[in-house]
Amino acid sequence: MGKRFLSLWFRHLTTDYMSIRRPPLREIPFVMAAPDHGRKIITAVNEAARIQGIDTGMVVADARVLYPTLEVIDEQPGLTGRLLRALAVWGLRFTPVTAIDGSDGLMFETTGCDHLWGGEEPYLSAITSRLAAKGYAIRAGMADTIGAAWAVARYGRGPGVLSWGAATIENGYAIIVPPGHQTTALLDLPPAALRLAPETLARLHKLGLVQIGPVASFPRRALRRRLGGELLLRIDQAFGVEEEGLQPVQPVEPYQERLPCLEPIGTAAGIGIALERLLERLCGRLQQDGKGLREAVFKAFRVDGRIMEARIGTNRGSNHAPHLFRLFEEKIRDFEPDLGIELFSIDAPKTDDVSPLQKTLWTGACGPDDPRLAELADRISNKLGPGLIHRYLPAEHYWPERSFVPARSFDDKQAGSWPTDRPRPVHLLPVPERIEVTAPIPDYPPMLFRYRNKLHKIVHADGPERIGQEWWIEGALHRDYYIVEDETGGRYWLFRAGHYAGDQTNQWYLHGFFG
Amino acid sequence: MAAYCPEVVQQLRQEILLRQGCKPPSAAAVDMGLGPVAAAFPHGVFPTGTMHELLSDGPEGASASGAFASALLGPLMVRGGACIWIGARPNIFPPVLAAFGVEPDRVIFVDVRREKDGLWAVEEALKVEGLAAVVGEIREVNFLVSRRFQLAVEQSRVTGFLLRDRPRSREPIATVARWQITPLPGGRVSMLPGVGFPRWSVELLRIRGGQPGKWELEWREGKFHFIGDAEAAGVGDAGAAGVCDAGAAGVGEAGSAAGGMAGTAWAEKTRRKTG
Repeated sequence: MGKRFLSLWFRHLTTDYMSIRRPPLREIPFVMAAPDHGRKIITAVNEAARIQGIDTGMVVADARVLYPTLEVIDEQPGLTGRLLRALAVWGLRFTPVTAIDGSDGLMFETTGCDHLWGGEEPYLSAITSRLAAKGYAIRAGMADTIGAAWAVARYGRGPGVLSWGAATIENGYAIIVPPGHQTTALLDLPPAALRLAPETLARLHKLGLVQIGPVASFPRRALRRRLGGELLLRIDQAFGVEEEGLQPVQPVEPYQERLPCLEPIGTAAGIGIALERLLERLCGRLQQDGKGLREAVFKAFRVDGRIMEARIGTNRGSNHAPHLFRLFEEKIRDFEPDLGIELFSIDAPKTDDVSPLQKTLWTGACGPDDPRLAELADRISNKLGPGLIHRYLPAEHYWPERSFVPARSFDDKQAGSWPTDRPRPVHLLPVPERIEVTAPIPDYPPMLFRYRNKLHKIVHADGPERIGQEWWIEGALHRDYYIVEDETGGRYWLFRAGHYAGDQTNQWYLHGFFG
Repeated sequence: MAAYCPEVVQQLRQEILLRQGCKPPSAAAVDMGLGPVAAAFPHGVFPTGTMHELLSDGPEGASASGAFASALLGPLMVRGGACIWIGARPNIFPPVLAAFGVEPDRVIFVDVRREKDGLWAVEEALKVEGLAAVVGEIREVNFLVSRRFQLAVEQSRVTGFLLRDRPRSREPIATVARWQITPLPGGRVSMLPGVGFPRWSVELLRIRGGQPGKWELEWREGKFHFIGDAEAAGVGDAGAAGVCDAGAAGVGEAGSAAGGMAGTAWAEKTRRKTG
């Protein structure tokens, strides 16, 4: 199937935007102007001003001669770009690929999208009538190539090859070039429709070439010699001989599903059904490819232009639709349908390979790499926040805080074995707490210690066990650990930081509780 | 007066247990190696697939109950399956689990920020079939929530432990067993200096269909060892203590009756004292 493109040309983008913001401006001629070398140059005009003969590039003072009560509004830098971007994002409800085209237009790739609206005419009418209702004057062109769509939107006029004409839109017109007819559509148009540089256009004008037809009929070698390679490239692109790409405002995910609705959806049940259907389709595709999603974004496009989204993440690739639905369920509760939702989409920006063989490892029982456990972990991290679930593997360090490392995934296999030769406390304080002790010198265990205002009399003690600091990781004093037991049977892990040095006193810490 | 007939008594006991909702143990019963303590459970088998509550006072007791729970996890995890350990930080020190016969890398830790989140996470985890156990370090559990836990485990047959350190309320909650674990001064081995093996006073305050009691246990060489009356009185060394493994079942049985009776007497005394 050939590709189809839609070019939208906003003839008065910024002035239309100002009129929408300030409706009284709609009736009167006004211009937007920016200062340049001490003068004010007009950068945009509205339709009423254009009729008065005012055009962009004029100096405001000259325009005032033509129309003394001309309203002048200062231009906001970057407004055009912001508006086009917002409009391109709005256009995502009609097609997944929308791009900004120059400084005054948008380009949509509509391949395979129009059938959802029942054909190209209703599709185009849906887009243009929505934009016209907002208050934008637009001209639209639809063709097989980007070049041809651009050309017919800007330079095509009157019904010729058109299958559908100007009457349908109140505020502009639209032309659809039927598939394969772009050459005939372009022949009568001026060379400016080929998106050429001004010098090339001037040269063509000098040569008396005012239509594309005669230009295209020249031998290619002569054209290249006299007018450069750009012209040939543009002709080829417009006629569909050369491929041309778009830069979409939102990159298209390889795993994306969309569900347009005939009637706007306004109920929670409706949203649930839409999500379920999208997930079924997405998971079907993922299963075929042996993939599972790690991240998913569910978007709802509202009639009034707002987009609501819910995002989930999984701890391991999953293509289990009921599980993913449960994860989304919590998040879509606060979706406000307002006037209704017209399109749902689901993307999987991050996927992982999944193999169905892993189930066999611990049959019956639910081991760490069981999907049931992964699903539980997903539910927990989606509700309580990420970074709470840990699984630990042994690390080859004696320093207690570093003796274990969090595993990267539930399937991570351990490298070493867990040491059991030395007694270690059941609870290790994350930061050792300072204690006051009474200890005989130089290296006997303490006789008494005070922890949190409670005095513990030590009855039995074991130690010391010296654990040296790993100097290549951190420079700190070594620790001499003692296991001590008080009268009531409480067992503690104490240490003294550093060597006994005689004149100064050493700091003692409590680092853990034994079982 | 009718002659005492042990078979009839046994039969009646079974019937009472059945009526109380304690089903006879299936073939899948797990031997916890608790020796004499096992006699306190209904049918003499540690109740798996239910909720257990472990109380403690202070950080020393919390560590003791953490250690006791870890020791119980070992046999539960033998048949495969993971364990989920839910709690607010600081959590248990993972490498120490290896000393209690648990592979620490098969334990999934969930560090929750609030107790309320912990309750939700415990309930979700208890619903997952096939897990070996779920441990929740949660201080406050009310009756309603514990009832939900109990309903979840009845469906999934997961064993759940609630470690409650210094709970504000000691009102009974819907668990099958309530334990109180306190550390005891360690036993000496032939008057050697240093700290002995971990030793706990394990008190079964409440057990559905069973007999509450109090025992002194020591964790040595990867097994529970029952501290008999002989050693408690200060006679002999650790070798005289009953060993609570399957091989010494006879010794265990004998000890259990004594222990159980002593336990009840003690419980009676404390009840009078508190009342």
